[in-house]
Amino acid sequence: MKAKFLVPLVLFLALAGFLGYGLTLNPGVVPSPLVGKPAPDFRLAKLDTPEEQFGVADMRGQVWLLNVWASWCVSCRQEHPILVELNRGGVIPVIGLNYKDERKDALGYLRDHGNPYAVTVADPDGRVGIDYGVYGTPETFLIDREGMIRYKHIGPITRDTVKNVLLPKIAELSRAG
Amino acid sequence: MRAEMLLRLSRATLLTLVLVGVASFLPAVQAADEATPVADDPVLEARVMDLSYKLRCLVCQNESIAESRAPLALDLRNQVREQFAAGKSEKDVVDFLVARYGDFVLYTPPFKATTVLLWIGPGLLLIAGAGWLLLRLRTRAREEGPHLTDAERARARALLEGAPADSEEQHS
Repeated sequence: MKAKFLVPLVLFLALAGFLGYGLTLNPGVVPSPLVGKPAPDFRLAKLDTPEEQFGVADMRGQVWLLNVWASWCVSCRQEHPILVELNRGGVIPVIGLNYKDERKDALGYLRDHGNPYAVTVADPDGRVGIDYGVYGTPETFLIDREGMIRYKHIGPITRDTVKNVLLPKIAELSRAG
Repeated sequence: MRAEMLLRLSRATLLTLVLVGVASFLPAVQAADEATPVADDPVLEARVMDLSYKLRCLVCQNESIAESRAPLALDLRNQVREQFAAGKSEKDVVDFLVARYGDFVLYTPPFKATTVLLWIGPGLLLIAGAGWLLLRLRTRAREEGPHLTDAERARARALLEGAPADSEEQHS
């Protein structure tokens, strides 16, 4: 047992390894328990035509994205051009959930920055947001044809996210079924 | 000299008074700023706050939803209040939030397969440490003292019994 003196070093390295790995994790990203579960149902007024309602059931049979956004949300501005691009490509319908916003501000925001959403529904008191476990905008849910949540992205979507995460997942979900 | 001290003293007292005055004002100012809706029923409100202290605010993760001033914390407190008012039990409310936000909303993680190590880990470490210590102490007790040759033993005896000159020399 000549190597006994190495034991503390090995223990230290193991601990340092764990702690080092911990540093690479983002504590702001909390895994959602909703992934793999049916998307919580909602019936909300459309943002542009409040007399009409829209819900999860209207998207049955399609693979779609639910993007939670607000005009007061700064990082939403960061991802907005990416959503506009995504919409232009026509890969996937994006439904907007306008979270705790003023209707006037939200409409103005879409006028100024472009409207990437097939439909936007208004959730002024954030109740649907709570059903979806939203704790910070922007958040994006990928929902399959059966209305199951397949993926949740927390924080702004980047071009990398689209290319490396969303597009492969969308292709996979569109192929299945 | 004395007057100066008195002046200093009174200044300190004044400062303290001002600080106390400001401090006593603070909660009132905060309350006015927050304007949190509160249930009329104090028993209900106590239940709401009691549970809220056990729930983590996901926006500012080191605060409970009772302490946090994030809008989400306010919304979640309202949810808790509404559901309690509707007659739901504490378990119902906790299940409602865990279904949406995951176990992370709970400050006390549930006991399950993924958290077993978290719960019993410290106990295991304690037992392992105590076991190791016990083992060491036992083997040490069983170990014999240092082996001495007869010559060494004789020298030791000589040192202990006689030769006061030697010991004195050592003392000085």
